[in-house]
Amino acid sequence: MSAVLAEAAVARVERRPGALGQFTRNRVAVFGAVLFGVIAVIALLAPVLPLANPDHTDLANRMAPPFSRHALLGTDQLGRDMLSRVVWGTRVSLVVGVVAAFLAATIGSTIGILAAYYGRFVDIALMRGIDMLMAFPYLLLALAIVAALGPSLTHAMIAIVIVNVPFFARSVRGVTVGMRRADFMAAARLSGQSSAQIIAFELFPNVLPVVVVTASTSIGWMILETAGLSFLGLGAQPPMADLGGMLGDGRNLLEVAPHVATIPGIAILLIAVGVNLLGDGVRDILDPRLKSGGLARIRPATEVASRADRMARLPQTGRAEGALLELRGLETRFRIGRSVWQAVNQVDMVVHPGEAIGIVGESGSGKTVTALSILGLVASPPGRIEGGEILFNGEDLLGLQTPRLRAIRGDRIAYVFQDPLTTLNPVQPVGAQVVEALRAHQRLGRKQAWDKAVALLDSVGIPEPGEKAHAYPHEMSGGQRQRIGIAMALANQPDLIVADEPTTALDVTTQARVLKLLADLRRQNAAAMIFISHDFGVVSELCDRIYVMYGGRVVESGRVQDVLNRPAHPYTARLLACVPRIGQGRHRVVPIPGLPPPTNALPNGCAFAPRCSLAIAACRSGEIELGTVGPEHSARCLRSALVLAEGVEGAGAADGGVA
Amino acid sequence: MGSYLIKRLLLLPPVLLGVTVIVFLVMALIPGDPAMAILGTYATPDNLAKVRMELGLNHPLPIRYLFWLDALLHGNLGWSYILHKPVLDEVMSHLGPTMLLAGASLVLCAIVGIPLGIIAAVRQNAWEDKLITVTVLVGVSTPSFWLGMLLILWFAVRLQWMPDGGMHDLFGDGGILDLLTHLALPAITLAAVPAAVLVRLTRTAMLEVMRQDYVRTARAKGVRESRVILRHVFGNALISVIPILGIEAGYVLGGAVYVETVFQWPGIGQMLVNAISTRDILLVQGGVLVVATAYIVINLLTDIAQALLDRRIQTA
Repeated sequence: MSAVLAEAAVARVERRPGALGQFTRNRVAVFGAVLFGVIAVIALLAPVLPLANPDHTDLANRMAPPFSRHALLGTDQLGRDMLSRVVWGTRVSLVVGVVAAFLAATIGSTIGILAAYYGRFVDIALMRGIDMLMAFPYLLLALAIVAALGPSLTHAMIAIVIVNVPFFARSVRGVTVGMRRADFMAAARLSGQSSAQIIAFELFPNVLPVVVVTASTSIGWMILETAGLSFLGLGAQPPMADLGGMLGDGRNLLEVAPHVATIPGIAILLIAVGVNLLGDGVRDILDPRLKSGGLARIRPATEVASRADRMARLPQTGRAEGALLELRGLETRFRIGRSVWQAVNQVDMVVHPGEAIGIVGESGSGKTVTALSILGLVASPPGRIEGGEILFNGEDLLGLQTPRLRAIRGDRIAYVFQDPLTTLNPVQPVGAQVVEALRAHQRLGRKQAWDKAVALLDSVGIPEPGEKAHAYPHEMSGGQRQRIGIAMALANQPDLIVADEPTTALDVTTQARVLKLLADLRRQNAAAMIFISHDFGVVSELCDRIYVMYGGRVVESGRVQDVLNRPAHPYTARLLACVPRIGQGRHRVVPIPGLPPPTNALPNGCAFAPRCSLAIAACRSGEIELGTVGPEHSARCLRSALVLAEGVEGAGAADGGVA
Repeated sequence: MGSYLIKRLLLLPPVLLGVTVIVFLVMALIPGDPAMAILGTYATPDNLAKVRMELGLNHPLPIRYLFWLDALLHGNLGWSYILHKPVLDEVMSHLGPTMLLAGASLVLCAIVGIPLGIIAAVRQNAWEDKLITVTVLVGVSTPSFWLGMLLILWFAVRLQWMPDGGMHDLFGDGGILDLLTHLALPAITLAAVPAAVLVRLTRTAMLEVMRQDYVRTARAKGVRESRVILRHVFGNALISVIPILGIEAGYVLGGAVYVETVFQWPGIGQMLVNAISTRDILLVQGGVLVVATAYIVINLLTDIAQALLDRRIQTA
């Protein structure tokens, strides 16, 4: 939910550049547009250009090579001027392409809209017909149609239109079906509009982008296909100047006059390149999936700023003694478009060997990004670690060379992720995935590794592990899948397990069992653990110490009992007040008003101030430091004394209003 | 797998039936008297009457379809009045070369297109990606019949490395080497466009899978990057690449018409073009029907391959 609102916020903050602006920034598309424009202008001006008559034969000057006098591009087998014929032929190709695309788009989208709008029998009848057309290799179908109708340019175009209709019908039907249930459709129906009105004024404008995308990406094909039919002698008939037909003539003259075949081919190639580039540019703008560079390659490790840049604001002293893992001043940012999201901001954390710490916060508070930053698993782009250091046994994990980083990943530090369905490879048996974890770090033969994997499955409580190792993730229950995740994490007896909401995706009865398993196995392996959750109850059972995060920052930290019993930050207090407690019938569950701020638009001062009933003017400006409020207990709050004095109920539930 | 296979096979008869309907309807488009169209200039009143009888032209369209379908089911695709032999025999004698050419092109397209798509995705926005993107753009914009001519011009006419056309029998004098030298240029020509399309779609599929959580899991395990890319990213991208190969098969079977014409490859494409120019309508009909059936079978095979790769499809 917060993510949705955050996105809305982005849209409000930065004005998206208009479609034209987007297009002009795409240099390749502009090149295509210019190329296409030049070709189109030349073709349009053909009648007024100083060109020879394309049909004038001059047998005395047959097959003159290019750059001859009177014939810049030479002449063909009948002595006709090639330049003139190419220009006139281009005209034919463009007209045919545009008309064919328009007809195919009109017929196809009509079928698509009707099928989707009326559904049921209409849908079945129309779309089965479309399926039948698509069961053919479509060039062959075009050939059959021309064979029946007889060769001519019009018939070739009809054939091309027919074989292209299914593409439009399918894509338009797809989007229209999605729209039928949309709110604006219901509103239109309730306002008493007729079907024809709804289709024309509500559906059609919304479907148009899809039609344009399909048309712009298929018009190039249609030009090539029509030229192909002419090449076979089934399209344009002599003496009409047509690029495909010219190629057909040139085929027999390859050895004596190669230019007769090469020149019209280059013309077709240029037209197609222009049209295709232009089409791709149009698609990039209109296809929502491609907006904001949604298809960027993810790097093997998160991009990290140089050590000098990262350490600029960090004191050189003050490293914790004997820590297994220490985060110092960690800053991870996401750059999306022109906005910068401070997902993790100046985070300090310490994990001692064998210790379990919990990170608690709402979604979007930065807990997962903090955890993923440790081993450079934050997706880059758009993520980048821009500040701080992450010390593991004294070694900075940030900026490690890939082989060294890989040696630690899964071996000394292992992850258990949130949703075991999406985090396991769907096309690999689970046993093989455990084997992979083992063999990434241990020298094991196939058989040995497999046996060990089966033993691991047994140790995480998978019944009949030898059988189950061959199963695929989708064949297992959620609880079993997460047991696989735990088995993979434990495969190399890591020193630290990072568990990111490992039970959130599971049902309640399974949760308890998986948690107990994780806790038991962690203790047996004497591993430290970072446990991420939004559930205070679970954290209090599993963890020694706790960090509470809000708006990308740690707002409170301390021993579990201290933080739970005497929260010093109003946010912690209110989070605790949200936890329903069994057996305390009169306890009121008080939700926190408002939502966490999007981290690209954090307020000055305390990020929680806008939702805090205790906030004062000083809370809304400047930098608020993490202050010590007790032994090993600190909070980032100016009012922590008040919160500590009045207790959870006093500060948290005193009034529901927001100051 | 068994139940999936049965379900998938049950879909086959309706699709095949649909294809026969469309082929039949297309031939019903023929303007004027079909018997006249079939016999053309060789028409004698006797023959015309005979063909009209055979086609059942005195019956309404649906009845004619049933007659035709009945003959079809008995392996009778009609008689070629131009070649004076059964259509089925003629089509079958050209099917082998076309399948050989199409198969070789498809293999070539896969072994060139898939690796280039992987490289383009892994090196997104680097020079490799840009070079591949430009090549692909030229590839999809090049008419295959023109590319074929250019290849003949260079490799056969100028350099004389390759023959400029024709096909020699596998069991003839030249043996397999001779066959391959004749196959090389047509197969490259026919593979160019589908390979370019395959590069694009493989690249997109790879980039989509790269964002998946299980890829992050593999990295978190410390798996080597090359293995992450090939095993996890490509292993899953392949699920969406295989159906593309099915579609490419359709392109290759259709595009074979041009390539066979340019290289005088004795396949169904060349047969069809000749049949169209001699107005041998029944031969066109038979050829289209047989190739469409082959395409449907290929699509069945790609569906099965996809289901073998992604077990979730089988249980769905």
